[in-house]
Amino acid sequence: MSATMTSSTASSSGSVNRASVADQDWRKIGKWGGLCTLALVLVSLIGMPVGLDRRILIHPVLSLGYLSLLWIPLMLGFVVSKRVELEGVESPEPGGRDLVAGALTGLVGGVGMAVFMLALNTFNIRDPLVNWSPQLLELLNYGRGLGFGVAAWIVACCVLGLLGSAIHVVSADVRRVVSFSAFGLLAFAVLEGAISDLSEGFGLEFLTDSIYAKRGGVTIVWSIVLAVVIGGVSVLTKGRLKAAKANYSELEGPERKRASRILFVVVALLIVILPLFLGTIMNELLANVGLFLLLALGLNIVVGLAGILDLGYVAFFAVGGYTTAVLTSPDSPFFAPELHFGITLVIVVVFAGIVGLVIGAPVIRMRGDYLAIVTLGFGEIIRLLFMSDWLKPYFGGAQGITNVPGVDLGFITIKGTDPRSVFYLVLVFCALAIYISWRLQASRLGRAWMAIREDEKVAEAMGINTVNTKLLAFVVGAVLASFSGAILVAKVGSVFPNSFMILVSIIILVVVIVGGMGNIAGVLVGSFVLIGILGGPRQPGLLHEFQSFKLLIYGALLVFMMLQRPEGLVPSARRSQELHQEEFLQDVWFKGEEHEAEEHEAEEHEAASHEGSDA
Amino acid sequence: MSHLMEIRDLKITFGGLDALSGLNFHVDEGEIVSVIGPNGAGKTTFFNAITGLVDPTEGDILFDDESILGLEPHQVTGLGIARTFQNVRLFPNMTVLENIMVAQHCRTSQLVFGALLQTAAFKQEEREIEEHAKEVLAFFGSRLVGYRYDQPAFVLSYANRRRLEIARAMATQPRLMLLDEPVAGMNPMETAELTALIGRLRSEWGFTIVMIEHDMRVVRDVSDRVVVLDHGVPIAQGSYDEVSTNPDVVEAYLGRPAEDEA
Repeated sequence: MSATMTSSTASSSGSVNRASVADQDWRKIGKWGGLCTLALVLVSLIGMPVGLDRRILIHPVLSLGYLSLLWIPLMLGFVVSKRVELEGVESPEPGGRDLVAGALTGLVGGVGMAVFMLALNTFNIRDPLVNWSPQLLELLNYGRGLGFGVAAWIVACCVLGLLGSAIHVVSADVRRVVSFSAFGLLAFAVLEGAISDLSEGFGLEFLTDSIYAKRGGVTIVWSIVLAVVIGGVSVLTKGRLKAAKANYSELEGPERKRASRILFVVVALLIVILPLFLGTIMNELLANVGLFLLLALGLNIVVGLAGILDLGYVAFFAVGGYTTAVLTSPDSPFFAPELHFGITLVIVVVFAGIVGLVIGAPVIRMRGDYLAIVTLGFGEIIRLLFMSDWLKPYFGGAQGITNVPGVDLGFITIKGTDPRSVFYLVLVFCALAIYISWRLQASRLGRAWMAIREDEKVAEAMGINTVNTKLLAFVVGAVLASFSGAILVAKVGSVFPNSFMILVSIIILVVVIVGGMGNIAGVLVGSFVLIGILGGPRQPGLLHEFQSFKLLIYGALLVFMMLQRPEGLVPSARRSQELHQEEFLQDVWFKGEEHEAEEHEAEEHEAASHEGSDA
Repeated sequence: MSHLMEIRDLKITFGGLDALSGLNFHVDEGEIVSVIGPNGAGKTTFFNAITGLVDPTEGDILFDDESILGLEPHQVTGLGIARTFQNVRLFPNMTVLENIMVAQHCRTSQLVFGALLQTAAFKQEEREIEEHAKEVLAFFGSRLVGYRYDQPAFVLSYANRRRLEIARAMATQPRLMLLDEPVAGMNPMETAELTALIGRLRSEWGFTIVMIEHDMRVVRDVSDRVVVLDHGVPIAQGSYDEVSTNPDVVEAYLGRPAEDEA
């Protein structure tokens, strides 16, 4: 009986399978199309399109406001036709069905948007929903009446969904060229400020003046030119970069050392020289990135290496800032020795170390979540202490301490009005912090930190004094954060308790996680991308229009990274191995096989030669 | 004659449950002693007490005639007692070599400034750590050397993880080594190989070894003396042959013959 059952299932399984796949397709389209609608409506209602409309990317057709909506159907069209790759099952060639799925997903989103616009036109629920406004409607229908708007959205979403799914269908070469030109053009538009600033420094304003329209945004003609040029470059450079990389990694011994030294010198020179050609705003931005990089490097030692999830890291930033303000400002309310910044820095280091010990000593005995919560508390306690009336005679309460002088180096005074000088000061400290991280990572102490991160109990049983070692991580982190605090205060010229909100800790942590935990290059990229483009807690980035949506984007980015790329933008080899263990194990297994085969061959060879000599 | 380690009337209570009650035990320099007993007899608790992971309720533990009671685990390791764990606990995301290098922590001293200034002393110490680590790994033949150095520990096969754990214990430069079920889960060939290695640990490296083991062939082949625990009490001691014929031991393992119960 069982035999007949099996045979009947086997015979019907083919058709069942096909039907279920189609079913699945519809379900997928429904799911992602619905999601598309939801995302479009949500983004509209939080006010992104209206708020970001003033920032024009391509003059006069595309503003950042429209882009905040248009990427959604494109993205979901891409997602819906993405194949799940199963081991041992050959996935069907991407083709027409995928295109239909993408287009339909976009269509569902577009129809949803149309319904939303009709609702926007008919009802008025502006009371709870602030952005439920005629302005939004006006923007959505491109200022040409409701009918046009509805039709345009349905068509546009459908086309974008189709384009999104087409990414899978076209050949890899086409994909490469198109994505290069698209992202390249986007980079040109987004980095407008930086690029025109730089070109001004080099005396090339005439070029950027023609590229960018007066009101901002790349002009249409130049958009086409740039897209073609970038696409062309991508065709020309195809494979070159990879080849260069392969060449580099093939180099051995002294040659490799020389190559990496040359690379280092070139990069260092570029970093040192570039700010000379940049204007005030760009230098200010770079200085901010540097300040946060310094913080992130410190936190990377604490979280990335030693595995201590410190959510109150801002405390040390505050201690560095306040110590500097008290010791250098003539307006310090209680004690104003008006020391030089250099001497102050020594005291700051000592003081931050002590505070690190004092906070660390009770906290370090806890583990995991408990530790995170307690550090969170300590971070707030420090801020509230500086804010309190009790300590107001010493630290000035909510008014803080003002009139902090800049850093007097004799020939130049580094202060906020000259952000270029601040950048160089920050650069020196970042270089120091990178050196410290790099050296410590590959030392007895770094290994002990890693062991503690891996398994604290075993680390202790293997002879590591975990309490002291963890405290040391805390102190090193604290010292780096205090440097950043000291420079910030000298730059801004004042210090207020509210500069040290809990948000700062969170943002630094996000920088470390998004960049790549436990990896210096990752932290570097993370600070440039997040602080440079989106901006810090108070500091504007390149896209300063995002100011009010920054936290939302930070959050969305964090969720996205956790799901898609938990090892960060630039993962350390170790982290990515850890998070993709299965694939890695497979590779190792293959390699091991190869290795054993080689050994085997060598043995046989040896045996053969022995036999030969015996004969 | 004084013993390398001596344990007097050791009693450990977990909330009313006596994990160990009145254990007396000693091990002399150069001995290999096996601790056996049915599940839950208190063998691992006994190891945990020695290494400072669990605080005894009563009794004393002397190492080299000094009490090590109340010391932190890392201090115990510093005195020269190293251990392995029953359920292999390596540092999975550190490389094979790093796993061994980190175990020399308590034998080395460089801290922040040596590493930052790259002093001669720091470089010298790093070199020594690496050399010693390679020396330790070479003890296991070709299994943990060469391309294995830079592989993360989690890629190793089960048997290699066990070996690496022993290597890590060796790297702490102990006098007394506590092995918690070193051959558990290994196949007969690997077991035979490791049994030979345990013998060489004593003859070549001069370690004194206390070992918990369930595999009676291993116990028979390497141990000078066997201690049997049951319900936290030592019920027999002596050579393997003496212990294996002891009626109390047979009873603890196999239960009482049916007619006695009636």
